[in-house]
Amino acid sequence: MQFKEVIKIILEGYRANKIRAVLTILGIVIGIGSVIVIMSVGAGAQSLILNQITSMGTNLIGILPGASDPNGPPATVFGLTITTLKYEDAEALRDRSQVPSAVAVSAYVSGVDTISSNYESLTGNFMGVSAAFPEVEDDEVATGRFFTEAEEKGLARVAVLGAQAKKDLFGANDPIGQRIKIKRESFEVIGVLSAKGSNIFSDTDNRTLVPVLSAQKLILGIGHLGFIRVKINDAGNLDQAKEDIKTVLRQRHGISNPADDDFSIRSTAQALDVLGQVTDAIRFFLAGIGALSLLVGGVGIMNIMLIAVAERTKEIGLRKALGAKRKDLLLQFLTEASLSSLIGGLVGVVGGIAVSGIIAVVAQSLGYNWSFIISPGSIILACLVSISIGMIFGYYPAKRASNLDPIEALRYE
Amino acid sequence: MDTLLDVKNLTKDYQLEDITASILRGITFTLNAGEMVAIMGPSGSGKSTLMHILGFLDRPTSGTYHFRGRDTQTLSDDELAVLRNKEIGFVFQSFNLLRRTSVLDNVKLPLAYVGHKVPDSDERAKKVLEAVGLSHRLNSRPNQLSGGEQQRVAIARALINDPSIIFADEPTGNLDSKSGAQVIGIFKKLHHEGHTIVLVTHDLNIAREAHRTLHIKDGEIIQDEIAPTH
Repeated sequence: MQFKEVIKIILEGYRANKIRAVLTILGIVIGIGSVIVIMSVGAGAQSLILNQITSMGTNLIGILPGASDPNGPPATVFGLTITTLKYEDAEALRDRSQVPSAVAVSAYVSGVDTISSNYESLTGNFMGVSAAFPEVEDDEVATGRFFTEAEEKGLARVAVLGAQAKKDLFGANDPIGQRIKIKRESFEVIGVLSAKGSNIFSDTDNRTLVPVLSAQKLILGIGHLGFIRVKINDAGNLDQAKEDIKTVLRQRHGISNPADDDFSIRSTAQALDVLGQVTDAIRFFLAGIGALSLLVGGVGIMNIMLIAVAERTKEIGLRKALGAKRKDLLLQFLTEASLSSLIGGLVGVVGGIAVSGIIAVVAQSLGYNWSFIISPGSIILACLVSISIGMIFGYYPAKRASNLDPIEALRYE
Repeated sequence: MDTLLDVKNLTKDYQLEDITASILRGITFTLNAGEMVAIMGPSGSGKSTLMHILGFLDRPTSGTYHFRGRDTQTLSDDELAVLRNKEIGFVFQSFNLLRRTSVLDNVKLPLAYVGHKVPDSDERAKKVLEAVGLSHRLNSRPNQLSGGEQQRVAIARALINDPSIIFADEPTGNLDSKSGAQVIGIFKKLHHEGHTIVLVTHDLNIAREAHRTLHIKDGEIIQDEIAPTH
């Protein structure tokens, strides 16, 4: 039997039972649609989280004081002050012969204290960082300049403001050349950073930066660092760079047994990996639940196909009398089930994409850095799955039709 | 004349729980190409069962059935389907047209199962519709036609593959006498054109139109009567 004929018969059937056809197909539409939406929205939410980490730079290695499990929380989380990491450690990591892939290194200390300008006085977050900070953090100076290495080493009383900190302290006034006070120490504002946007981890624009040694000696009165960040030239060199850094620090700290490490090393790539795995697991779990509704849709198709076979018993008998073979009838009913399911799948894909798109637009309009992601693979998979569901659930009814005894079928009323 | 059907000692039993019902009890006859034969008997006589076996819709319990010299006993279901498609034309009491399908497509239905595309299918369908006098109703639906017209569409459908033999099972059973006469007229015309026709009926008036009548009772041929007028 010609495939075109089969399709024609099926379309005539749809026309004769429009509501039934729509309801049959609806089961698959809902199933495929929900899988597409879950996968897309899941990918969007995942990208939201991962983008925020990526925005910090994927080539970053963080060195924290104190030993910790590489996948566990850093020791400082428990409120301990660990003083093992020094400014000289950061200096040593800048040595290209020791860590060849390092392109920029910044030391960090931070504190919270009263920060005041001529206009405002507030309790704010300040950080002591190295001159290489803009390179490490991919920050740009919007006006003025960042401080130099000479200023860093020379305990200069200079400060660079984040975009929000500038607004808070100076409003619309030009801060360059004006002075601010942190605690009771006076600093000259020499630059303002471009706005970077906040992320779920920290409000990066709301900070005041001073040279790290100035912060240590003039404000905090401490000799240790909060952490060090090293930017490396290529993500591919990440593992080697970690090893190099360990070697340098062990040598400096006189550690021979790695178990005695008094520092720990993290990379953003590592964090991306872990978070990516977790969010993937959630996505696929939810998609699995969505797929269950596909099974329900498949049972719906089987049900309707069984009714169709029963209703068309006489027609099946006639077709057999006119020369239809078993495989002709098997093909006809299998095609009908698959086509119903495929149409449902296609409508589900389109509907799913539309719903995912609306969710993405709404999320973006709410200010989230949300990506609208539909993978072509998921569309192809959805189509294949829907055809397979039609075949699997259509097989039994089709087999039943093809096995009907023509005489019995012709007598059927 | 060529022998078309050669049937020997054909029996058909049905197993109903513990009882074996013998529907046919040893049917033997031959049928030549170009004959018009009526199989006549009361309901329950086995005439429909005989037609089903002769038309390859059913298999005998025992006995032999040679069709155009070929033993049909060993044929597979698919081979029987091919025979039904190419060699047999069926006309049923209740027409059995597809309701949602046009007259033209109903007539073309057997061509869907010939195994290859038939390029001149429309022309062939129009030709057989012309032979039954319905070339003006090509695009009508069956429910727009009278019973007589519907049966003529069914005859056209039976003719489309140019079969060796046409089996008509009570073809006038659902028709008024005028339409019935018209349908019988068509069968007679086809017979004169050389078609082999088997009419299954319980109506003696219909049977009289055939040149030969096989009277069946209780699964046996009780009389094989050749009408002197033919």
